[in-house]
Amino acid sequence: MRKTRLALIAGVAATTALVGTVPASAYMIYVTNEKDNTMSVIDSNTLEVVKTVKTGQRPRGITISHDGKEIYVCASDDDTVEVFDAETLQVTHTLPSGPDPELFVLAPDGEHLYIANEDDNLVTIVDTKKHTMVNEVPVGVEPEGMAVSPDGKVIINTSETTNMAHFIDSETHEIFANVLVDARPRYAEFKADGSELWVSAEIGGTVHVIDPKTQEILKNIKFEIAGVSPEAIQPVGVKLTKDGKFGFVALGPSNRVAVIDATTYEVVDYLLVGQRVWQLAFTPDEKYLISTNGVSNDVSIIDVANKEVIKSITVGSYPWGVVVSPN
Amino acid sequence: MEFTPARPRRASRLLASVLAAVVASAAPTGVVAQDAAQPAATTKKQADAVLIKIGYIRWDEPRVTLSLIDMPYPDDGYSGALLGIEDNNTTGKFTKQSFELVTKGVETAEAALAALDELAAAGISYVLLDLPTDVLLAVADAPAAKDRLLFNVSNKDERIREEDCRVNVVHIAPSYSMLADGLAQYLVWKKWSRWFLISGSLPQDKLWAEALKRAAGRFGAEIVEEREYTATDTARRTDTGHVQVQRQLPVFTQDAAEHDVVITADESEIFATYVPFRTWDAKPVAGSSGLKPSAWDPSHEQWGAYQMQNRFFDLNRRGMRERDINAWTAVRIVGEAATRAKSGEPSKIIEYINGPDLAIAAFKGQKLTIRNWNHQLRQPILLVDGRSTASVSPQEGFLHEKTELDTLGYDEPETKCSF
Repeated sequence: MRKTRLALIAGVAATTALVGTVPASAYMIYVTNEKDNTMSVIDSNTLEVVKTVKTGQRPRGITISHDGKEIYVCASDDDTVEVFDAETLQVTHTLPSGPDPELFVLAPDGEHLYIANEDDNLVTIVDTKKHTMVNEVPVGVEPEGMAVSPDGKVIINTSETTNMAHFIDSETHEIFANVLVDARPRYAEFKADGSELWVSAEIGGTVHVIDPKTQEILKNIKFEIAGVSPEAIQPVGVKLTKDGKFGFVALGPSNRVAVIDATTYEVVDYLLVGQRVWQLAFTPDEKYLISTNGVSNDVSIIDVANKEVIKSITVGSYPWGVVVSPN
Repeated sequence: MEFTPARPRRASRLLASVLAAVVASAAPTGVVAQDAAQPAATTKKQADAVLIKIGYIRWDEPRVTLSLIDMPYPDDGYSGALLGIEDNNTTGKFTKQSFELVTKGVETAEAALAALDELAAAGISYVLLDLPTDVLLAVADAPAAKDRLLFNVSNKDERIREEDCRVNVVHIAPSYSMLADGLAQYLVWKKWSRWFLISGSLPQDKLWAEALKRAAGRFGAEIVEEREYTATDTARRTDTGHVQVQRQLPVFTQDAAEHDVVITADESEIFATYVPFRTWDAKPVAGSSGLKPSAWDPSHEQWGAYQMQNRFFDLNRRGMRERDINAWTAVRIVGEAATRAKSGEPSKIIEYINGPDLAIAAFKGQKLTIRNWNHQLRQPILLVDGRSTASVSPQEGFLHEKTELDTLGYDEPETKCSF
């Protein structure tokens, strides 16, 4: 199965682009399972779980180094970030994350991790090479969402009870702007060209599109699903295609992922996924979008081009975070 | 599944919690200054920050519970308000607003009215109330309450939300009918629809029993047997212990019609705690004991509540209870309105709270809003057994044309309130 698919991809690549004699390799999809303290590893070609790895307690946020060699996992109840070797899937070391790390983002240069410490109203900045804490930035109540601008100059944190997106200068580590958003902002994501910042508000039920230069809210995207109560529409994870044309928003207990035209901000579709959808990740080729579904213990694989769910894969208990290897 | 302690910090927190509970019950000590002339919470004031003060009038007549572990803490409610103040001040750093709490403990209606006058004289426009029904109404009707906003953080009486509703009172605490409906939906979902109701004979017990009966009728349960526990006075602490109770309760519950669940209605803390495991028939118990409907529980951890419990514990070294979350929510509503209205002006803040846009996130899985017809906070109801949160109502399948939260309590077409 896997061989035929690889051969087919290689064939297409050879005829259309006349590059790459090496067949396209599978990406690895890493999913944290909050309840059973594991990470599921899925092969993007076979779409099957190939390995389940023990993690620290309550693994939630997950990301990967830009070279694909190190996987970072927030072990929230161990107050640490675990670093896994992507080859061996062994923990090589931990990073001093500060208490209760939940979500984080890796700087474009890969040297710093910016971590939200949910219990202590702080963003912790960690040096990934020296394994040291660089600084702590006081933010609003219950920091959660983290993003960094593509040029690395601006760090964004959202605070869930203060209801703001805090703009932090990555050089001085000072907050230089605060944008009031709807209730319980959970996730922040820049467009690849840095022109827009999208922030989801879980309890507010909206996604804000913010101009990072002026810090003005350009648009509030709202959602409406026939037969689903408005309270169940709770935006969490947000991902934007590299060309900036489409946005995907995980809508929590409504069990849907919204597809948004990112130029008109109109919702064009709602894709039915598993129950209580939390986070999203693209494969680097943007062929697939993966959603973690906390209540149904699975991930849904969305075919990005056709905007349809093609498979669900059972993982561990209460899947939460997801990241895909860059190569 | 193997168990390993989550982490030293958390483990010590839990131990400290148990110790704090014992200490608080055995020897009450004033953690928060009552009748405080000084603000209970002081903050580093920013030179140009707008100061917003919030008052709190609390009924301090001693409350005694049957179970030692349910005894009120000396800082009951105040601690929740203080955490709300702290959270508002964290946000206030960015909005140039700072918040302070002023508490007044009272034991008479006269003292409550005097406390309101003092708070009003101090320029305080928002006052949390933990008061019995008649005193609450007297305070709400006092001249000093005009143009102020009062928040009921404990009183469950239906009357103050219905025929005796007041436009200047926001009810943060859920009413008897909301609690009863939340419990009834779960029991009906569980197919435990034949209820054996045992109610106390004091007026407050009757109100709770009436709400439970109404809930049974609304959701398709049936009261197959009803008994009244007529004792009205009891020493909760005795040296003689359990022996008599163990003999009395089985006899009291003997020969009841075939039932699925025993429902206790005992607001007065006379008997309900003694019912589970002592009934004649082997039946589960719910209501005032066993599975209880509640606004909060120290075991609640979903929807970010874990963070809330941690922050509360770090500040107070004990678990968070209903009055604490209600007080926190009231203080956060003032803070949220001040942030959204971008103003420290009382008229603007009160207008925002009474307006259509107010929504508050309070760790219950969805936004909480205020019913415009009687100023009751819409909210899910937790169903707790003292160890864990068994469920949260509204239950799936109980539908409503506007919001499922309005399946709990008196809905707009039924209300007797008019402002």
